Amino acid sequence: MSIVQIEAAAQAAEAAPEQAIEGRSQWQLTWRRLSHDKVAVASLIVIVIMIALAIAAPAFAALTGHPADTAYPNTGENAAGLPVGPGTHGFWLGTDGTGRDLLVRIFYGARISLFVGIITTAIAAVAGVTIGMIAGYFGGLIDTVLSRFVDAVLAFPYVVLALALAVVLGPSLPVIVGVIAFFSWAGIARIVRGQTLSIKEKEYIEAARSLGAGPFRIMFVHILPNLLAPVLVLSTLYIPQAIIFESTLSYLGLGIQPPTASWGNILGDAQSFYQQAWWYVVFPAGALLITTLAFNLLGDGIRDAMDPRTERIFAASRARKRARRKARAGQGGNLPAASAPGEA
Amino acid sequence: MAIARFVVRRVLTGLVVLWLVSSAAFFLFFARPVATVAHQLAGRAATPQVINLVIKNLGLNQPILVQYWHFLDHLVHGNLGYSFYTQQPVTTVLKQDLPPTASLVVGGMVLWLVAGLAVGIISATRARSLFDRFSALTVLIGISLPTFVIGELLLLVVFVPLNQHGFHWIQDQWVSPSAGIIPWAGHLILPWITLAAVQAAVYTRLTRGQLLDVLGEDYMRMARAKGLSERRVIFRHGVRAALTPVVSQLGVDVGQFLGGVIVVETVFGLNGIGEASVQAIDSDNLPVIIGFVVLAAIFVVVANIIVDLVYALLDPRVRIA
Repeated sequence: MSIVQIEAAAQAAEAAPEQAIEGRSQWQLTWRRLSHDKVAVASLIVIVIMIALAIAAPAFAALTGHPADTAYPNTGENAAGLPVGPGTHGFWLGTDGTGRDLLVRIFYGARISLFVGIITTAIAAVAGVTIGMIAGYFGGLIDTVLSRFVDAVLAFPYVVLALALAVVLGPSLPVIVGVIAFFSWAGIARIVRGQTLSIKEKEYIEAARSLGAGPFRIMFVHILPNLLAPVLVLSTLYIPQAIIFESTLSYLGLGIQPPTASWGNILGDAQSFYQQAWWYVVFPAGALLITTLAFNLLGDGIRDAMDPRTERIFAASRARKRARRKARAGQGGNLPAASAPGEA
Repeated sequence: MAIARFVVRRVLTGLVVLWLVSSAAFFLFFARPVATVAHQLAGRAATPQVINLVIKNLGLNQPILVQYWHFLDHLVHGNLGYSFYTQQPVTTVLKQDLPPTASLVVGGMVLWLVAGLAVGIISATRARSLFDRFSALTVLIGISLPTFVIGELLLLVVFVPLNQHGFHWIQDQWVSPSAGIIPWAGHLILPWITLAAVQAAVYTRLTRGQLLDVLGEDYMRMARAKGLSERRVIFRHGVRAALTPVVSQLGVDVGQFLGGVIVVETVFGLNGIGEASVQAIDSDNLPVIIGFVVLAAIFVVVANIIVDLVYALLDPRVRIA
């Protein structure tokens, strides 16, 4: 080791304690842990790629020369009028039931799915946080009424009511966004209410109140920042649920209306062809799965990164297992009743 | 005694819920212009006279509160009205579509709970084992796929290859159990799996998480320390404590489960109540839709009462009052 290197190392060592003392906010800590989580980072990359592909959908239409709504009865369908497979006649992923380019339609469908997923979750988060916070903060009659309402929304077979609403109001994009948001806020409201109940007993809230802060100032300035972490996790996990909800409505014919492509209505049409055209089911389902899976994994990653307990639980269970294995080795075959070979 | 009082009170609140839900459904559908409904019934080429006749025959020309009163009056007497199209009583329509739906719901629920709890318990007691990792992956995929996609994929990767290779046991569509238990189960096995998959995934995750938390408690160490067998420790002290939040979640999820029934019936063409209600929604067949909503609400209310009773049995701290 040269002198220069040693000096550099010494400097680094001197600098290090100062760095360690420097306070890190919870968000910085979370981000640090998240960026070490390979799965979460990969999920984030997948989501960014999906959004990019959705934005670039017209470019793909131009590249392949197949607009999303144009049917190609001559090249896009075989002699029996069935969809053609991947790679035939320049259809990279094959065609759909009316001879349209499946790849282009999947990318256009990504626009709808991602838009609906993100927008509805944003609306649901704002509504859920507001209502949950009001219920939790004021308590009493307001809490009882709001909580019962939340319970009712959560307990109702929402697909039925969503279908009914979509029919009554006429299926269109704003209606679908509204319906999905209406059935999504309640879960967020319930969690936020619980968190608010515990936060409002904290000393700093009492301090704020004694300084004369009004209820809404306390809620939005002092309680809300402490709710952001759980709401962020919940929201990330609600986006795939909203995407699934939209695709289900579209599958039943009450969501996005053709010719506009959505993963739900593509898969709905595909059902008549699953015996003849596997690609018609597999590719849109794959796009849907990759997207929802990425959001779910990212949400789990954020939750783990925010919860220092996660690592401890596993550390404890590992330690216990090690201890048990050691004990077993010592006692020689005197196994506890429930420990099966899988545990060893 | 306490239990009887509890049940009576829950039934009464359940009736209030039923009234609210059915009224909501009633007014929701009457928000549509009467002429639109009648027009759809009478056909595209109908003259105004025909449309007026249809409106009059269906009683749609009466003031809405009068119609509402008739609706409530009939409802109390167990009459859900008559289908706009076939003039059959809605109760008859629901009754004749009930067998596929009931088979589907019962089998699906059994599979949902058995698979969800069993896999969750095994995963938690063997955290980070190969089984746990595999089940975690399966759970994630289950949560990430819509029910209808699971159904379509099962048709594609199970039903089609099996039938191509002359293995005709597994089918779609519906056959009555009177045709024999094996054909009945063969036709329902894919719908059962499809219906249970998403919920089972959620419950696996929930059970595993709860049980893992409980396993870290001091009283678990205490139970081991006093020399109980591992099985007794896990089931008597661990699972019982871990299950209470899982059971309380059940009441909420039963409603969502019914939503899955509609989708599964549509995917597999089971001709049940769910499929009938989708058709009714498509054709503005108001009484049938309300009938389905009322039936679903009854199911949810009854399931919630049972869930609360089970909850009290599991957790001695909960007093029924």
